[in-house]
Amino acid sequence: MKLGETIASWPVLRQFREGDLLGLGQSVQSRRSKTLKPRIDEADHVVQSICPYCAVGCGQLVYVKDGEVTHIEGDPASPISRGRLCPKGQASKSYVQSPLREYTVKYRRPYATTWEELDLETAMDMIADRVVETRAAHWQQATDKGDPANRTLAIANLGGATLDNEENYLIKKLCVGLGIVQVENQARI
Amino acid sequence: MGSNFAENHPVGFQWVMEARERGATVIHIDPRFTRTSAMATKWVGLRAGSDIAFLGGVVNYILQNDLHFEEYVKHYTNAPVIIDDTFADTEELDGLFSGWDPEKSAYDTTMWKYEGMEMHGAAGNREEGFGPHGHQAGHGGAGGGLQHGEPPSEDPALTHPRCVFQILKRHYQRYTPEWVAETCGCSVDDFIYVCEELVRNSGRERTSAFAYAVGWTQHTVGVQYIRTAAIIQQLLGNMGRPGGGILALRGHASIQGSTDIPTLFDILPGYLSMPHAETYGDFDDFMQANTSPTGWWGHFKAYWISLMKAYFGENATEDNDWLFKKLPRIDKDNSAYWTLEQMIEGKVKGYIVAGENPAVGNANGKAHRLALAKLDWLVVRDLVEIETASFWYDSPEIETGELTTEQIPTEVFFLPAAAHTEKDGSFTNTQRLLQWHWQATEPKDDCRSDLWFYFHLGRRIKQKLAESKDERDALVNSLRWEYPTHSQIQEPDAEAVLAEISGWEIPTGKHLSAYKELKDDGSTVCGCWIYCGVYADGINQAARKKPHWEQTYVAPEWAWAWPANRRILYNRASADPEGKPWSERKKFIWWDGTKWTGEDVPDFEDTKAPDYRPPDGAKAEQAIAGDHPFIMQADGRSWLYVPQGLEDGPLPAHYEPHESPFDNTLYSQRANPARQQHKNASWDPYNPVDGEGGADVYPHVFTTYRLTEHHTAGGMSRSVPYLAELQPAMFCEVSPELAAEAGLEHGGWATIYTARAAIEARVLVTRRMKPLVVNGRTTHQIGLPYHWGTRMLTSGDSANDLMHAALDPNVHIMETKAATCGIRPGRRPRGKALADFVAEMREQAHSRRSQEQRVEPGEVRKT
Amino acid sequence: MTTVEQERVGFFTDTSICIGCKACEVACKEWNLVPQDGQTWTGQSYDNTGELNANSWRHVAFIEQEKPLRTNGDGGVGLRWLMESDVCKHCTHAACLDVCPTGSLFRTEYGTVVVQQDICNGCGYCVPACPFGVLDKRHLAPAPDLPAFAKEDGRVWKCTLCYDRLKGGHEPACAKACPTKSIQFGPLDELRQRADERLAKLEHEGWNGAQLYGRDPDDGVGGFGAFFLLLDEPEIYGFPPDPVVSTKHLPQMYRSMAAAAAAVVVGVAAAFVGGRS
Repeated sequence: MKLGETIASWPVLRQFREGDLLGLGQSVQSRRSKTLKPRIDEADHVVQSICPYCAVGCGQLVYVKDGEVTHIEGDPASPISRGRLCPKGQASKSYVQSPLREYTVKYRRPYATTWEELDLETAMDMIADRVVETRAAHWQQATDKGDPANRTLAIANLGGATLDNEENYLIKKLCVGLGIVQVENQARI
Repeated sequence: MGSNFAENHPVGFQWVMEARERGATVIHIDPRFTRTSAMATKWVGLRAGSDIAFLGGVVNYILQNDLHFEEYVKHYTNAPVIIDDTFADTEELDGLFSGWDPEKSAYDTTMWKYEGMEMHGAAGNREEGFGPHGHQAGHGGAGGGLQHGEPPSEDPALTHPRCVFQILKRHYQRYTPEWVAETCGCSVDDFIYVCEELVRNSGRERTSAFAYAVGWTQHTVGVQYIRTAAIIQQLLGNMGRPGGGILALRGHASIQGSTDIPTLFDILPGYLSMPHAETYGDFDDFMQANTSPTGWWGHFKAYWISLMKAYFGENATEDNDWLFKKLPRIDKDNSAYWTLEQMIEGKVKGYIVAGENPAVGNANGKAHRLALAKLDWLVVRDLVEIETASFWYDSPEIETGELTTEQIPTEVFFLPAAAHTEKDGSFTNTQRLLQWHWQATEPKDDCRSDLWFYFHLGRRIKQKLAESKDERDALVNSLRWEYPTHSQIQEPDAEAVLAEISGWEIPTGKHLSAYKELKDDGSTVCGCWIYCGVYADGINQAARKKPHWEQTYVAPEWAWAWPANRRILYNRASADPEGKPWSERKKFIWWDGTKWTGEDVPDFEDTKAPDYRPPDGAKAEQAIAGDHPFIMQADGRSWLYVPQGLEDGPLPAHYEPHESPFDNTLYSQRANPARQQHKNASWDPYNPVDGEGGADVYPHVFTTYRLTEHHTAGGMSRSVPYLAELQPAMFCEVSPELAAEAGLEHGGWATIYTARAAIEARVLVTRRMKPLVVNGRTTHQIGLPYHWGTRMLTSGDSANDLMHAALDPNVHIMETKAATCGIRPGRRPRGKALADFVAEMREQAHSRRSQEQRVEPGEVRKT
Repeated sequence: MTTVEQERVGFFTDTSICIGCKACEVACKEWNLVPQDGQTWTGQSYDNTGELNANSWRHVAFIEQEKPLRTNGDGGVGLRWLMESDVCKHCTHAACLDVCPTGSLFRTEYGTVVVQQDICNGCGYCVPACPFGVLDKRHLAPAPDLPAFAKEDGRVWKCTLCYDRLKGGHEPACAKACPTKSIQFGPLDELRQRADERLAKLEHEGWNGAQLYGRDPDDGVGGFGAFFLLLDEPEIYGFPPDPVVSTKHLPQMYRSMAAAAAAVVVGVAAAFVGGRS
């Protein structure tokens, strides 16, 4: 760039020249500013979702590009939240993309001092075995008083308040089938 | 009251702010001056754990001054009903109701019944004497067991000495404004202001609402807190009407859903009871015990059999009693804290934890962590490695030497979970709306939804047991466990599960549209009767997203509310007995001469006229008269007095918290006699209370709570950089007076201790905490947020470690909102010295208590 | 691409309905990919953000006072907790913009003041020019997981009033998130009118100390593009009571400078001419 052009593009001079005494955009707008677009306008698709934190149930819009969530904000259509979100709801994207998020199975052997890696299929099979074995070893057909029991008191399941209804449904259904009665969640705690 | 609306439900609070701007009075009654208090028209500070005293005082004020909504009370509540003379009140028995058995530490609840009525469910009482009703009816009520639609004895004039109205009057007569002020630590003027505002804003033209949260439920007398508000709202005519009600502000996305479709030990979907080991014989006994002859619980059998068809398909038949004999039986209590006890004793071998962090989130955290170390195997499913997964190498007990990694036998599986954006599904929000969230992206690597986990776990187990002829495997092999899957990872189709929850007709496959269509002959499938219709016409009604600006203010086409898409329960009460709106201003549902109509789906049979009177022998809903709006109750009325369904009394009485620095000035019975305690358990030691030696070791009241910036036990907020920075440290809130007295320095550190634990926190000295004068004595309250644990982006000591695990007897919930503690300046001891410090303080207190014990009327002191 | 001048827009932050939830802070960071600002517990009530800076473009202040909320004694307990979400004021006469030598700071077609990150060279002239201390250079420890856009660079960062969102016809992230609409976005004229009505209502209701700050186009910075309704004197919230644009005398300075430069030119020319002659 020649010296003359450099001096001429000095904003103060440009403002004087263009009558842009307040330094208005036309004269100093950068290439990026000129082409700027909000990234939600470039999403591949938008999904209507619900906030995962408290039970107010605010509507969320989840913007996705190239298979990744690029932004989450309030869904204006919701009669509950009218597009607004609290700090937690607004941080949902950072939650689902937390730097602490785990993506692979971790396994700790009895008495071990460190985690190990474990294949998901193997882990599932091992857990299924543990359930089957524990249940068989600690099955209670009848109580001490002789009443029918049909259960194991050696396995418990905790969780549900942060899960979907459909998930809770399968948990309870499976546990009834298996005779696991100690099924509890945060609603109690 | 009992909630912190602005901080914990900020977006819901927009409606409160709008109401305030339009002239509504907003009152916040709370131990702390919070962000909600700052927005309220009025804040009234009260002592944590004294809410029944306050609310009972309001009841007394209404009754003494004849300010109740008479027409509503006479027609819609059980005020006129005459109670059996076996009932005796706390006024007569010094803090106990009739029926108390000190040996069993429980009430014979049959002594509280309506006059002239046999309590229903006698079959269930055979063995124990105490029926299952507490559990059956406690969760939505399997009915009052009335043999007729109308109670046998009533006094419409409300003057009979044993009618509910007069009992209520006597029960609360000593809850005077002066006594309330002394007990709660508020002023008489403030108390009167609240009473006057409530009365002024109730009646035909206006309604008032109570918004509560776990500030009410988490007490050893928690259910009765809410009951007291229910009495006020019935007396003032605020139930079933727009702008009225008692609103539970629930704290998790689907915590309502997880009780409707329960992951709870004592119920099945739709609040159907699990069979008890000790109280039921065969299927017919069970049906008889649970079916209310009158009211909508009269169709229990249809709900039950439709569920069994959903669970077991063709394998459940009339011939095998729909597999009733094979179903697992529960005991009176198999709740989370009972499990904890079993775990500590080594009786629980395997534990699956999904989306919950008991090592931080549960009362008496240390007991939970020590219990985890007794397991054979543990599965933790979460997005991040929470404290429950890492207890074996970084729990506080590793530091104190109470646990040693190399000696912990627990095999731990950590399975990464999928986020809400990575799966389809529905949450049920705090106002019973099922709202669908669509999947946005595929979960990465090993991340999977819990739907995937439980479906494939079940599939594998069934495969492994397929050939088994063992009796114990019959039920799991009968389980209907076929759901279509999609995508590479074979994710089950959540909508297929929702369709099963909603139900269909077996012969035609037609999706059901309402629970009225359910049959008791095995011809309908329905996984949760109160959700019946959420998949009506084969359409996912929960996924309806019609913008609010395209519909009425009730927004009936946004999502789907259970039951039957009703937005306000019992909304028949928004009209007067003749079916006319109470006022033009509060018009909602009314009788137009031929049918019920209005803004909402009427919570009443569409064409049942206001003057309908049930014929002799009428059953179920047909036994409910046209002017009785509370159709789930056997008598169609709301209950000021609860004749059945509660373990700790038909009326709420003021009891001190399990741990309290004050005595009960009303009754000799200090605390709720029916509360559950672990008296002889070394893992749950209690602080001495007022009147016992050593109480001064733990002289202050503390309460725990959440902050806007965090979520519960921190798994969903301490893992988020933008939230962690907003509240980056565990702190305690204390008044300047307490700071001066205890030598605490603002910005410095404090150590807070109980008989269970000692934790440290940064000191926030604030005028928002006020010392209160209770019974003539100054008391200090300490506020403790409970979000922190040993890990993640911000870590700190866990307030729940301080808590004991004494429980409410109805719902087995702990008392995290009021207990006692000591406080001193500086950081807590480290390592073994920490355990020594806690033990030393405890010994100091307990040795003095053993010299000066107190025995309450309701107790038998076991030596 | 030509840029068409738009109606001037801004924020009206009504602190009388701010619940201090900090949704604005998070919404801003989520949208603008602003890095975390460190985890320091300050002990200043519930404020752990502390100030506006390069990594916090919204800041909620918390002020605990022993003062009744209303002067008419209606329900007061003699205690109030003021909360206020602070932000760049987008001044009508913005000193930062005047002193920026690169043209990075500019006034957009919406009348807002924005730092253009593809131009800013981090010279920092704007930092002391701001009477509110809003402008700040970003200093961060290297963090590999941040997008390149948000990395350590020494450049100056501040509220853009979501310039990119405005271009797409979306309201700024903080205003959209705000649960109670304490933060209102819109054409400035409309906001000023709304604020006047709001103030009149609060005065009628006897609110203690209600006043507008930065609404007046005749003040020292020509009024704010983002102005406030406060419930006490500005200094209680940490605002300068009477902000003045620090480049107020710049036009005169330019004129003097031009005269001096002309003199130099004349002198130099004379020297040249003189030299040749």
